[in-house]
Amino acid sequence: MSSIMRESHIMKIHYLTALVAVGFVIIHIMVRVTQGFSNSLEFESVIANYKSIPYAVVLEAMLILISVHGFNGLRIILLEIKQGRVYENAVTYGCLAAMIILIAYGSRTIIMASMGMV
Amino acid sequence: MTKGGALPKGFESPSDLGSQEKYEEVKPSSKTMTLRISKFNPDKDHAPTFLEFPVSYEKWTTVLDAILEAKNYHDHSIGVRYSCRQAMCGSCGMNINGKPRLACFTKISELDSDVVTVEPMNNFPLIRDLVVGFERMFSTHKRIKPYIIREDSEISSGTKEFLQTPEDVEKYIQFSSCIKCGLCNSACPTMAADSTFIGPQGLAQAYRYIADNRDQGKDERLKIIDERHGIWGCHFAGSCSQVCPKGVDPAMGIQLLRGYLLGYRK
Amino acid sequence: MEKDRKEGIRGMANPGRYGIERVAYWLMRITGLGLLFYFIGHIYETSSLLDGKAAWNSMLELTQTTEGHIFLTLVIGMCVFHTGNGIRLMIAQSGFGFGKPRRPDYPYTPSSLNMKNKLCIYVSIGLAALAMMYGLGVMYDV
Repeated sequence: MSSIMRESHIMKIHYLTALVAVGFVIIHIMVRVTQGFSNSLEFESVIANYKSIPYAVVLEAMLILISVHGFNGLRIILLEIKQGRVYENAVTYGCLAAMIILIAYGSRTIIMASMGMV
Repeated sequence: MTKGGALPKGFESPSDLGSQEKYEEVKPSSKTMTLRISKFNPDKDHAPTFLEFPVSYEKWTTVLDAILEAKNYHDHSIGVRYSCRQAMCGSCGMNINGKPRLACFTKISELDSDVVTVEPMNNFPLIRDLVVGFERMFSTHKRIKPYIIREDSEISSGTKEFLQTPEDVEKYIQFSSCIKCGLCNSACPTMAADSTFIGPQGLAQAYRYIADNRDQGKDERLKIIDERHGIWGCHFAGSCSQVCPKGVDPAMGIQLLRGYLLGYRK
Repeated sequence: MEKDRKEGIRGMANPGRYGIERVAYWLMRITGLGLLFYFIGHIYETSSLLDGKAAWNSMLELTQTTEGHIFLTLVIGMCVFHTGNGIRLMIAQSGFGFGKPRRPDYPYTPSSLNMKNKLCIYVSIGLAALAMMYGLGVMYDV
């Protein structure tokens, strides 16, 4: 990641994903709280949420933003714990792969649930 | 170290002359504490041991005074590096009661403890006892190009000197007080695990030269620090600024330096 | 031969010795890791929706226990602290909030460790505690 991008660009993405994700998380929590916490977790209620396209877009955006921010944060911590070319490349590409897998796995749920494939 | 509390001969104040009897009545204010000194020679020893010495001290006695008393009168083999004894040379940095400090700048009375433990600074390679190696810090310091970079020079310039206003000087003067004692690098949590990190000392010096309006090497330095183990390894824990004995405030310099990379400063 | 005096992870993870800023650094790391762990779990948890109502309800039951509620309360606290302190760091790391460099005078109080910064840390901790109490109230229908 950092061999193709300057570290300052990565950090700009890190800050930006955090700020935008905070906004979406607030929306996500407000939706749950305004519906009543227990009621909002009913199966039918959750499926109805997913079928609302704007809300599904919020969930997808949140998934991408938090994954990017979270795995970059993990990469930063792991790179400070140990150094060495092989280890650093393994951590960098490992985090990138984990991020892509998590986004793909979460997107599968969002897409299938919003399309009614449940 | 003055043990009795009486002034040396020739230093009496005029009013005291002829009243020697009265002077002798003054009780010595010395207290005693235990000085624990870490002894370890990586070439010979397997593990560090602590030597303990009872040392009497006055309000003004520094930790370096106590170490030198132990070295002079108890154990000549204690390895300690010092020079100026006035927080100017940056030689006597060590861990004093768990925190990096200058031994010559730390009074025993300030520590408020009956036991003073001195160890070599963390995050530096140990040479012997209280002496650590500064090679890496100095090479990192050199890496950030700690000098004014510009094409012309004061000799060739028509004005013969590069004039600066007091405001121009204020922008960097704080950071030019660095004595390269290494306390900031020793306190830094990133340096604790990442030995390739530039460190607060080098980064603060990068800011010192970039903020200097005579300098034209900003882009060169920003390129050096904007890498994997560069400026972004700082997470603003502020420990460097807390231990700096000269008020350099490296944490501030690093955050200001980041402004250039984030586009807030030109 | 020189012996490396690197403190290692122990030094990095030790929040003591250097005041509230170092505690905030430590909490930021711990909460970040905790939230990433929760996020991965949350994505896995919600994927049970695709297996039908029974699978969703059985997954939901896991969080309806006392342990589940305590975990979720911690997540709320971690989220609020990480956000509050993260905003403080973003502002500070952009070079704002601690004035201009000046000639250092004894006793050299560092302006980067000023009261504004400390206050922001305490407020982040306070808000996290309040949010945790609110979260407990919602979960237990108080």
